[in-house]
Amino acid sequence: MQFGIFTVGDVTPDPTSGRTPSEHERIKAMVAIALKAEEVGLDVFATGEHHNPPFVLSSPTTMLGFIAAQTERIILSTSTTLITTNDPVKIAEDFAMLQHLAQGRVDLMMGRGNTGPVYPWFGQDIRQGIPLAIENYALLHRLWREDVVDWEGRFRTPLQSFTSTPRPLDGVPPFVWHGSIRSPEIAEQAAYYGDGFFANNIFWPKEHFKKLINLYRERYAHYGHGTAEQAVVGLGGQVFMRRNSQDAVREFRPYFDNAPVYGHGPSLEEFTDQTPLTVGSPQEVIEKTLAFRESFGDYQRQLFLMDHAGLPLKTVLEQLDLLGEEVVPVLREEFAKGRPAEVPDGPTHEALAARHAAEAAQAAGTTV
Amino acid sequence: MNTLNLVVVSAGLGKPSSTRLLADRLAASTARQSGADRVEVQVIELRDLATGIAHNFVTGFPGAELRAAVGTVARADGVIAVTPIFSASYSGLFKSFFDVIDNDTLTGKPVLIAATGGTGRHSLALEHAVRPLFSYLRAVVVPTAVYAATDDWGSGGDAHTDELPARIDRAAGELAALMDRRPAVPKQAEAVVPFAEQLAALRV
Repeated sequence: MQFGIFTVGDVTPDPTSGRTPSEHERIKAMVAIALKAEEVGLDVFATGEHHNPPFVLSSPTTMLGFIAAQTERIILSTSTTLITTNDPVKIAEDFAMLQHLAQGRVDLMMGRGNTGPVYPWFGQDIRQGIPLAIENYALLHRLWREDVVDWEGRFRTPLQSFTSTPRPLDGVPPFVWHGSIRSPEIAEQAAYYGDGFFANNIFWPKEHFKKLINLYRERYAHYGHGTAEQAVVGLGGQVFMRRNSQDAVREFRPYFDNAPVYGHGPSLEEFTDQTPLTVGSPQEVIEKTLAFRESFGDYQRQLFLMDHAGLPLKTVLEQLDLLGEEVVPVLREEFAKGRPAEVPDGPTHEALAARHAAEAAQAAGTTV
Repeated sequence: MNTLNLVVVSAGLGKPSSTRLLADRLAASTARQSGADRVEVQVIELRDLATGIAHNFVTGFPGAELRAAVGTVARADGVIAVTPIFSASYSGLFKSFFDVIDNDTLTGKPVLIAATGGTGRHSLALEHAVRPLFSYLRAVVVPTAVYAATDDWGSGGDAHTDELPARIDRAAGELAALMDRRPAVPKQAEAVVPFAEQLAALRV
């Protein structure tokens, strides 16, 4: 199982000091956070994509390429890449390039974004959100698997004898997750392709995501990619920790109360009760995260949101120390217990490349 | 004979409230006209859900209590919706509850609309504000909407005037008739369009 962090790349004033970091500071802080994630032994760093203030992350592969050059081991991913408004040809090129530079340590998560106005900024129509996600991904999927593509769709100019370069590393496309907060169509899409499904899982009660994940698992099996238990599931989570639970609550409360997404609404206590947010000791985080398995089954990737709501960099780095040193080692051990052998590990380039090579050898063997 | 679920949504704020009183009268008359023991009445007091409704606006999801109330409305065979008239329209709390409900929850459901107010001069708010709201939600709204001004309750503080009880019975009779003719509420199933169909629709 893989553990990591995901960031939205928001520039938010620190409610305790009133200070707002500059875009430059925030971008450098995100790099520092990614490097720290590798240092403390996490498996994945994922970044969002936004094209409007207060977000800074409009160019994810630039950011991830810069991080790739300074890391050795961590998988670089997205949360999410906009499959609706990015040209699938450019996604195919950018992420294949990144995959080569990062020695395969790359996967990505498709999403539709949450900002209506972004569609017209890139010449698209939000009313076509789902059809765009379906058609664009159908093209992206082919561009990474077929050397020469002829294409005609509704949303972009046709392609004739087009080759997307560079070709994916070792002939293996980056692994793809599909992220969705509410659309069963996207769970169905992930199941159809045998791709991963990621439930953001942070803002809403688990009953909601249970329905989506169960649907994905059922349809994954329906399409013959494996059993429902073998479907590739990722989950979000959101934590704030101090060794002493009361200290965590006291320190995080002003950030919670003023958070852009849920601030000025329910109390911290109500929200932690109703959603996966955990504010407390590392032990409490361990317990709540382990309970995810009871709701969603054995899964492959757990990403935590750690650096939002204006938390200063120093605090975030302290959080990552706690996560890497005290939480994740226990989670690795506990999640491994009772995990059926047929449940796959989190996807890596090495594993996919090995499978690809084995399949190629088998195909060659049977034709000889 | 099947039991019918009649759900009363009352946006009254006082305790006791004349809005709730009107709602109870309408529910009792509907039950009486549907036949003895056939109707199960559940009452949702929006006052008790006010904070939860506000939180739903901020967080985007309903808390446990509000979720239960929304589920109750979704399973209803008929709904009685009663609001006080504030500033020439339904109260903000009343509207907010129907804002956080999915907009297909009430599709095809028989709904009786009613309102209370200090003066009879606001009675048409039912027709120009409340009825269009439920038309938008594709509910089947009964022809008689019941408005009760302070005067209507009579000096004894009870429904002793001639007119209000007659209107209550007429509206409740219309609701009972619609609920009687309506097929049982189907279990909601998660509809998935198979992916091949989604692709075919795009001709990809």
